[in-house]
Amino acid sequence: MGNMLNVSSNPHIRSSESTTKIMLYVIIALLPTTCFGVYNFGLHALLVVLTTVATTVLTELIYELLMKKKVTIGDLSAAVTGLLLALNLPPQTPLWVAVMGGVFAILVVKMLFGGLGQNFMNPALGARCFLLISFTSIMTNFECDAYTGATPLAALKAGESVNVMDMIIGRTAGTIGETSMLAIVLGACILILLGVIDLRVPGSYIVSFVIFIVLFSGKGLDPQYISAQLAGGGLMLGAFFMATDYVTRPITKKGQYVYGIFLGIMTGIFRLFGPSAEGVSYAIIIGNLLVPLIEKFTTPKPFGKGGERA
Amino acid sequence: MAKLTFNGGIHPYDGKELSKDKPMKEILPKGDMVYPLSQHIGAPAAPIVAKGDRVLAGQKIAEAGGFVSAPIYATVSGTVKTIEPRRVVTGDMVNSIIIENDEQYEEVTYTPHNPDEMTKQEIIACIQEAGVVGMGGAGFPTHVKLSPKEPEKIEYIIANCAECEPYLTSDYRRMVEQPQKLVDGMKIMLKLFDNARGILAIEDNKPDCFKTFKELTKDEPKITVKALQTKYPQGSERQLIYASTGRAINSTMLPADAGCIVDNVDTIVAIYHAVVEGKPLMNRIVTVTGDAVNDPRNFLVRIGMNYKDLIEEAGGFKSEPEKIISGGPMMGFALFDLDVPTTKTASALLCMTKDEVSKYEPSACINCGRCLEVCPSRIMPKKLAICAEHQDEEGFVKNHGMECVECGSCSYVCPAKRHLAQPIKSMRKTVLANKKK
Ligand code: SF4
Ligand code: SF4
Repeated sequence: MGNMLNVSSNPHIRSSESTTKIMLYVIIALLPTTCFGVYNFGLHALLVVLTTVATTVLTELIYELLMKKKVTIGDLSAAVTGLLLALNLPPQTPLWVAVMGGVFAILVVKMLFGGLGQNFMNPALGARCFLLISFTSIMTNFECDAYTGATPLAALKAGESVNVMDMIIGRTAGTIGETSMLAIVLGACILILLGVIDLRVPGSYIVSFVIFIVLFSGKGLDPQYISAQLAGGGLMLGAFFMATDYVTRPITKKGQYVYGIFLGIMTGIFRLFGPSAEGVSYAIIIGNLLVPLIEKFTTPKPFGKGGERA
Repeated sequence: MAKLTFNGGIHPYDGKELSKDKPMKEILPKGDMVYPLSQHIGAPAAPIVAKGDRVLAGQKIAEAGGFVSAPIYATVSGTVKTIEPRRVVTGDMVNSIIIENDEQYEEVTYTPHNPDEMTKQEIIACIQEAGVVGMGGAGFPTHVKLSPKEPEKIEYIIANCAECEPYLTSDYRRMVEQPQKLVDGMKIMLKLFDNARGILAIEDNKPDCFKTFKELTKDEPKITVKALQTKYPQGSERQLIYASTGRAINSTMLPADAGCIVDNVDTIVAIYHAVVEGKPLMNRIVTVTGDAVNDPRNFLVRIGMNYKDLIEEAGGFKSEPEKIISGGPMMGFALFDLDVPTTKTASALLCMTKDEVSKYEPSACINCGRCLEVCPSRIMPKKLAICAEHQDEEGFVKNHGMECVECGSCSYVCPAKRHLAQPIKSMRKTVLANKKK
């Protein structure tokens, strides 16, 4: 028989997990909030989602074909980036802006840094911030057929009262995928049950954020205010779906707590003291930049180290 | 009570049901027997027979090549055919004694001992003479392990009954069919160390063995039976010590530094045979299993027997195997060719119709952290594999690469199907080799 046998180094078995599966799970988990967004904001929101996803996938494909690299769109990571980016765009975003965002996310943030796993910044968030800076008025205009007023967070910042129930369900103005706390948490539960994410980052993020606003908002333990802060803006989407992005969060367990707490504090600072009502995206991007440092200081101690006997 | 275990680890499909409930079967081998002179850690054994000599089963055919070495015994009667290099499971060519089996199975007469009347030195000498080595895979000569610098500091003797490798059931069958031998072997070991207590550490997926041993040791105040969480690599020496005693050792330490001595089931039974029955190490239990064989089960195999014949005994192949592994799927060697002999350390022959490894192509690391999470050594496989691939020895050592126990959990779990354990393992070899220079 001789050469017919396969020879390779141990281990000889592999788990059934795969990158593609994980990405597919993320997409599935994002579906509730995506569907709610489309239901809430109408057909144009759907077009934005489809355009962005198509753009990210095609950009990756074309780039890889041109550079004669292995085509990796099958791992679905480009699709996840596209979907996340779309969910972070206002419902009335012109499609050409969505296309620009998608190209930027893949080409600049992901591919130029070496592709999946090499980017130090979440591509979707990188693209969102790029769009925010380049097309500020488009990106901060949340008016659409369904809603004409300000986003609830802006209203909250202006001292107006908000309807917390509507915010939790998601019947408010905002980006396509951020408004429904309910749908996002449902998706997050799916991811947690499937073992894709755990609560280390989102948990420490949300808890430290709450503590921060209790201490510094001047509203103390006002449940109405706290729930509005939690349900409003991109906090839930950011905490569960973007701060948990494998590539751009620390890999060490301790580091994940540090990172989560840092995000909570930064988001609090941006929301309470910054010029705009929102700050999740910027907080996460700044957090992304600090990841190497956090990892450096939170490397776990190897098993049995320090126990040396003479 | 919290479960006795360690941090990290994985739960692969365990495949034990294939062979677990079938009694072990003794095989009388046919044809030539091959005895590699190096089937243990340390100096190779030196042949004391020559071509044409007639030997009996149980006769010594090679002398230990030093203190860290072990003698080798013939397991059948017959004539020495030749002494020449033969291929072994690792793929290396190792000088071996080949005996033409006359199929008479004539044996020498053994002199039994009463361990109660023996001194410590006599017991250890007896074990040394019998050629007993660690049969879990390492092949470290047992008498060396039993001769630590400060024997009074040994507080625990741990019988590794975890058998955490998927598919393997040889220890299990031994525990089901000959539990008393294990207990008696443990008692002999305890005689060597005045301050030691014995622990039978069993994974909790074998509740029947746990019960048997509880019963058998109820009048043995020095022996406790502990149930450990079923998880791979629970049977890895450092993890086992930690789970059963709470003591943690690293790569720079020996179990004896934490006051422990660990031996696996078959080794302890071999100690029993050596001391009580005066029989040298001649056979071992081998699990022949996998979805490619007709009748997966455990065999009591005479060392030196060819793997091909072992497959025949298991009813041959049901379907064409794509991969054959000597040992378990996590730490075993993939065989290039079946024409190799059973050695003292061969625990299993696993024949799989599908090779899970070649099915997948490694892709980019997504930094998911799973490898880190499962690594029992609490190191960063992802990072170490990169150091290893770049031949960055300094970075590798700095990131504690030498702490790896080569369990393979990281490669198993990686969703990007990266080869992690493999480069780490070879880098460790390089570092060790350079250190020796
Ligand atoms: S790095 Fe070594 S010890 Fe850690 S999981 Fe991989 S093989 Fe096991
Ligand atoms: S398990 Fe694989 S993909 Fe995940 S961090 Fe480790 S090497 Fe990267």
